[in-house]
Amino acid sequence: MSLLFETTPDGASRYIDWILSGLAWTVSLAFGAWAISLVVGTMIGVARTLPGGIWPRLGRVYVEAFRNIPLLVQMFFWYFVLPELLPERLGLAIKQMDPPWSSFVPALVCLGLFTAARIAEQVRAGVQALPAGQSQAAAALGFGRVGLYRQILLPQAFRIILPTLTNEFMTIFKNTSVALTIGLVELTATAREINENTFRTFEAYGVVTLVYLVIALLAWSLMYWIERATQLPSLASGGGRK
Amino acid sequence: MSVDFSTIVSAAPFLLTGLWFTIQITLVGVGGGIVLGSLLAVARLSRNRFISGLATAYVNVMRSIPLILVIFWIFFLVPWAIGWLVNGGRPVAVGATLTIFITFILFEAAYYAEIVRAGFRSISTGQYEACEALGLPKFHAYVYILFPQAIRNVLPILLTQTIILCQDTSPVYVISATDLLGAASKIAQRDGRLVEMYLTVGVVYFLFSYTASQFVKSLQSRLAYGGR
Repeated sequence: MSLLFETTPDGASRYIDWILSGLAWTVSLAFGAWAISLVVGTMIGVARTLPGGIWPRLGRVYVEAFRNIPLLVQMFFWYFVLPELLPERLGLAIKQMDPPWSSFVPALVCLGLFTAARIAEQVRAGVQALPAGQSQAAAALGFGRVGLYRQILLPQAFRIILPTLTNEFMTIFKNTSVALTIGLVELTATAREINENTFRTFEAYGVVTLVYLVIALLAWSLMYWIERATQLPSLASGGGRK
Repeated sequence: MSVDFSTIVSAAPFLLTGLWFTIQITLVGVGGGIVLGSLLAVARLSRNRFISGLATAYVNVMRSIPLILVIFWIFFLVPWAIGWLVNGGRPVAVGATLTIFITFILFEAAYYAEIVRAGFRSISTGQYEACEALGLPKFHAYVYILFPQAIRNVLPILLTQTIILCQDTSPVYVISATDLLGAASKIAQRDGRLVEMYLTVGVVYFLFSYTASQFVKSLQSRLAYGGR
């Protein structure tokens, strides 16, 4: 592992600085996209559980479109295709963003909206897992639709789907690596660059693999902690009501 | 810019070669992945701590790192490993195709292993005990009694994973392989037709994957009612 502390060809830094920079991009992309996907995913998921009307159908179109096209193709869409389809000045402005933002912003939007479709399906499943009596009781008590979702259905639905959300949270870190195809030098791209500069493949890939393992462990621990902290006696497995 | 879809027509044969390679990767990944994955699932159930620990570690590590990193690893390791086995330690040049096949078998096996393991856990423990009581050799018990039931119980998840696998083939782009996306990107860059090419590829993937997932959905509801 002496490789980490050797000086890079430009003489300005050590390889460990490259890795830390790659890690920073991976983590910011993952957290940023996670925030987008939670907000958008919850809205789409709720839309899909509304009774009738246009919203459930629009929600379904969104989910099917984003789930049935590979992430990498979507990445190319946001990076290569969209700027061409927009009005010329707007497209040009997007293309002329300074790197790494010119890759980071499309990657952020892409990964956020991609993951949103998957979270939407989980939110829908969580809401539908609740007995219909709850909505009816809330209606009888005078709750409006917003209050019903905000105060009754969603808090329970999120507790039900926390284990699958954990899975999704761990997946988003792995999916950030796809951003290297549009030029973002995140963790995996860093490994490739170090390898190309030193030909010490074992060490370069080995270190980055270890970093991913640590990320997975930390992501899992964080979600486990949240699961514990938000647990309700009535919803816990083995608890009273079932 | 002007959008001109006639370019797709002339590019169609090349795109079809790419599509065929995508299908090949999927088939190899499914076949090899299920076989190796099942072995891993059985290994995880082993009473031998060393074997089950090794299988668990393999599955967890594979599932924690991105596919693209695995592709880079295998691209580097395979020539080296083959050279070590047959060429006295000197790396052997191996084509991208073989590398990709090996990658997808090794990578997808970890995911299939978890699915098959869930299948094994869905079978009541009485059956394991009955096999033992009947004196069936372990191998026969797994092949004839346990495995067929396990697979049937998790068939919809298995098929869904296969659709995901088909979508997951696109990152082979990073080692310049000519799958559907790779073919499209080569023509897109040659002709400067990025918009048409990537939109077409998106539509093709969507049609494939949407049709397949609708099929799985109908199968799922049929299995749920079926007389199993």
